Amino acid sequence: MSYIIQGDTGDWEVVVGLEVHAQVTSQAKLFSGSPTAFGAGPNSQVSLVDAAMPGMLPVINGYCIEQAVKTGLGLNAQINKFSVFERKNYFYADLPQGYQISQYLHPVVGEGIVTVDLADGTTRDIGIERLHMEQDAGKSMHDQDPTRSFIDLNRSGVCLMEIVTKPDIRSPEEAGAFVRKLRSILRYLGTCDGNMEQGSMRADVNVSVRKVGEDGYRTRAEIKNVNSVRFIMQAIEIEAERQVEIHENGGEIVQETRLMDPVKGETRSMRAKEFAHDYRYFPDPDLLPLELTDDFIDGLRKTLPELPDAKKQRFMDDMGLSAKDATTLVADRESADYFEAVAEGRDAKKAANWVTNDLFGALNKAGLDITDSPISAAHLGKLLTLIDDGTISGKIAKDVFDIMWETSGDPEKIVEEKGLKQITDTGAIEAAVDEIIAASPEQADEVRQGNDKAIGWFVGQVMKATQGKANPQQVNQLLREKLKG
Amino acid sequence: MSLDKNDVRRVAFLARIKVDEADLEPVAQDLNNIIGWVEQLAEVDTDGVEPMTGAAGLTMARRDDVVTDGGDPEKVLSNAPDRVGDFYAVPKVVE
Repeated sequence: MSYIIQGDTGDWEVVVGLEVHAQVTSQAKLFSGSPTAFGAGPNSQVSLVDAAMPGMLPVINGYCIEQAVKTGLGLNAQINKFSVFERKNYFYADLPQGYQISQYLHPVVGEGIVTVDLADGTTRDIGIERLHMEQDAGKSMHDQDPTRSFIDLNRSGVCLMEIVTKPDIRSPEEAGAFVRKLRSILRYLGTCDGNMEQGSMRADVNVSVRKVGEDGYRTRAEIKNVNSVRFIMQAIEIEAERQVEIHENGGEIVQETRLMDPVKGETRSMRAKEFAHDYRYFPDPDLLPLELTDDFIDGLRKTLPELPDAKKQRFMDDMGLSAKDATTLVADRESADYFEAVAEGRDAKKAANWVTNDLFGALNKAGLDITDSPISAAHLGKLLTLIDDGTISGKIAKDVFDIMWETSGDPEKIVEEKGLKQITDTGAIEAAVDEIIAASPEQADEVRQGNDKAIGWFVGQVMKATQGKANPQQVNQLLREKLKG
Repeated sequence: MSLDKNDVRRVAFLARIKVDEADLEPVAQDLNNIIGWVEQLAEVDTDGVEPMTGAAGLTMARRDDVVTDGGDPEKVLSNAPDRVGDFYAVPKVVE
């Protein structure tokens, strides 16, 4: 499914690379002992290191290193046993040091691969260029006062991972799928909560276009700080259109930083600050190089959980699920765990159907997460058992499901209390069948003349007469015997 | 390597250091003397010698992931030239 922009001079394709900033899940900051929690009062989570008071020295948080390496392993990436922290120099009011401690020439993680799942069921590999650790800056507020900006340094010094892809992405859909997959992997690993609304994950989007079949890349523009999957996809669409128009009118793309305006549906240039990209990196003299041992890396490798791709494969190979169901279920760890609890000792395909159709359908409709589900995995499992052992019919089960959704109740008790048990007594069903055949001679004739569809009508009538509690297979069989036998 | 007046003007701007136009030339001269002095190091043959990052052979010390600081905005803001509530207030930054 290629994404093509039809221009006046021919077909264009889009070339996209992403730089994703992911906040490392940790208690304390990268180089100081102040906390990282979201939503605290202004400047209440700031140490003198974060405020860059004279004489303060950074000391690295060992757990942040582990988190970055774990993430690298989860991205199937090269772990560099030697990496270096450098100073990226620029002036801004929310950057008290006057530089950001980052990694430049020697990042902690090198090349890797993320496999993304596309809507048509295919997958695509997106290359990872690198992952490096860096400090976040503080937060500026420009709209509170006519002459002043307000600065909160709570985020200053929080550990970020910058994850850079190769320019492998060829459509907005792939970009969206990549970010969702990356977020899923980070959440499985527990290295970033992936919460885009709170700014735990945001992306810079590099976009260029070229004629289909053209080699090499044309000049790109970078759209800064896009903070949702939808906006990332939208930014690519808008920016690619803009560039195609410029190329086709004989113009030149300027390599620059742009901002996305989702309201107006446009990207616009951040007034090209002169020298803005001359960061004069140099190794931070306050920090020795980061050296990792094989033991350290292997130790972390052993702690990795089963990741979405492996889980998906297992769901397909061992449990017989379709690729579509497996992909849906492994998208987040909680859904996968829920499904496994339901499927435990039961028919996995049926469990997958109930979870992906009925449960996810209800959750979506109510705008709830799997963790807020009013129906527990244990209860849904019990419901499946009740169907399997013939206690209730599949149709009644849907009603029981609705009651469970409303009351969070135990399906066994619901079936008991509401008297929903399936009638398996042949005599009772037979009576109902006879009654309906006697009352509907015309339809009965139709069946006798060979119209099999009419049997369906009879089944429906019998089910109605028994309030859905008859076993449909049994009804069907009895009808055939009586009408055609 | 040597710097001219324009390089000095540019570097001074990047570092937000004010250098008067009349001083650019002499500063360039000073910096060139320093660079020339350091460049003597290039005369040493370092083929096959691993780059050294320190003389003591230390590895970087690591901290545990434990909160030991913060919770004192007063201390952090005590030197601020201007504040509003617990925010630093700075001259408006216009994008």
